[in-house]
Amino acid sequence: MLNAAAIPVLDPAGPYAGSITTLSWILIAMAIAVLAVVVAALWIALFGKEGLKARLGGTSAIWIGGIAFPVVVLSLLLVYGLSLTRNLTAPVPADAMRVRITGEMWWWRVAYLDRHGRPVMLDANELHIPAGRPVVLELESNDVIHSFWVPRLSGKLDMVPGRRNILPIQADGPDVFAGQCAEYCGGPHALMGFVVVAHEPAAFEALMAARRARRDRAASPGSMLFRSSGCAACHRIAGTDANGTAGPDLSHAGSRRSIGAGILPNNRGTMMGWIGDSQSIKPGNRMPPYKMLSAAELEMLAVYVEAQK
Amino acid sequence: MPQASPARGKAAIERAGCGACHTVPGMRWPQGQSGPALTGFGGQGLIAGRLPNRPDLLAAFVRDAPAVLPGTTMPAMPVSETEARDIAAYLYAAEAR
Repeated sequence: MLNAAAIPVLDPAGPYAGSITTLSWILIAMAIAVLAVVVAALWIALFGKEGLKARLGGTSAIWIGGIAFPVVVLSLLLVYGLSLTRNLTAPVPADAMRVRITGEMWWWRVAYLDRHGRPVMLDANELHIPAGRPVVLELESNDVIHSFWVPRLSGKLDMVPGRRNILPIQADGPDVFAGQCAEYCGGPHALMGFVVVAHEPAAFEALMAARRARRDRAASPGSMLFRSSGCAACHRIAGTDANGTAGPDLSHAGSRRSIGAGILPNNRGTMMGWIGDSQSIKPGNRMPPYKMLSAAELEMLAVYVEAQK
Repeated sequence: MPQASPARGKAAIERAGCGACHTVPGMRWPQGQSGPALTGFGGQGLIAGRLPNRPDLLAAFVRDAPAVLPGTTMPAMPVSETEARDIAAYLYAAEAR
């Protein structure tokens, strides 16, 4: 599906790729027309009647066909082409989403930026964007020259070490778009692909919120307190660096019906009470009382453990 | 407290696990020490040292303490409004032993 050989290059899915594609077709049509004229002239020069040959080689034909026609046509084309593609260089809204993409041999770093240009989410080789909105890409390289190219969304632009090149992209609707490094960068350059996924704006916001929530849970105050209070020395929570085995495994403690080995219901209150002073509940058990914790800290820990479903 | 039942309240206290933090009169286990003992509640002046000790407020506090007393340590508990009233009735009825 994302095979580089199968990326459609003349099938625009947004305004930036659209103007480039339109210009491409116009250039192709012009080239075909000029080629037809040249072939016709060649045919006349070889097989035409003497009168036509003489006129073809005449001064006026040289002036008109050789100088006036190219100057007029190419000048018009230049003006038309620049105006057609001016959206590529027009300033994008200051509040547009920004993403820094850094070329590496032979993959891509992806850093979603906040409005101050600070990375707020890191990813690689895949970019999620809201459909119907311009997204500004800051293209950089960490090693050699790469070229970022997602043909259905914009033109290609080099990633040059030490420089930051700006490329706006936009997708009109939700879809998946393939990209490809377009500047030979050694070895498996041809296998340096890229994926852009455009979502409906609401779905995009939901995706980003879900990602942030997952990350916040990983770095929640509760998890940090869990670590700093020493809980991890005896308790394990899968997927974290808490790997103590002296006490009960808490990886799924939030979904357990009871606490303290089947002796109390599992709810916020009993969990706080157990953490704070389990000795008053189950005298002699191996867990020490944590009377140094404040009420807010007890609640944070209880919330964290509750979340371990 | 009309229609409230101290007997049902005692069962609700056991079901919710109030003893994890509180010593509850008439209950031998658990006798948690994190929160205040609830003995002699009928003669107590204030709930959590802040709220007037009225039956309706006590029932509301038992069920969702942060809602009636923001900042309190006691979290909302998984009991129904009826159960909360039963629990309040039990606390008023139970004598310190």
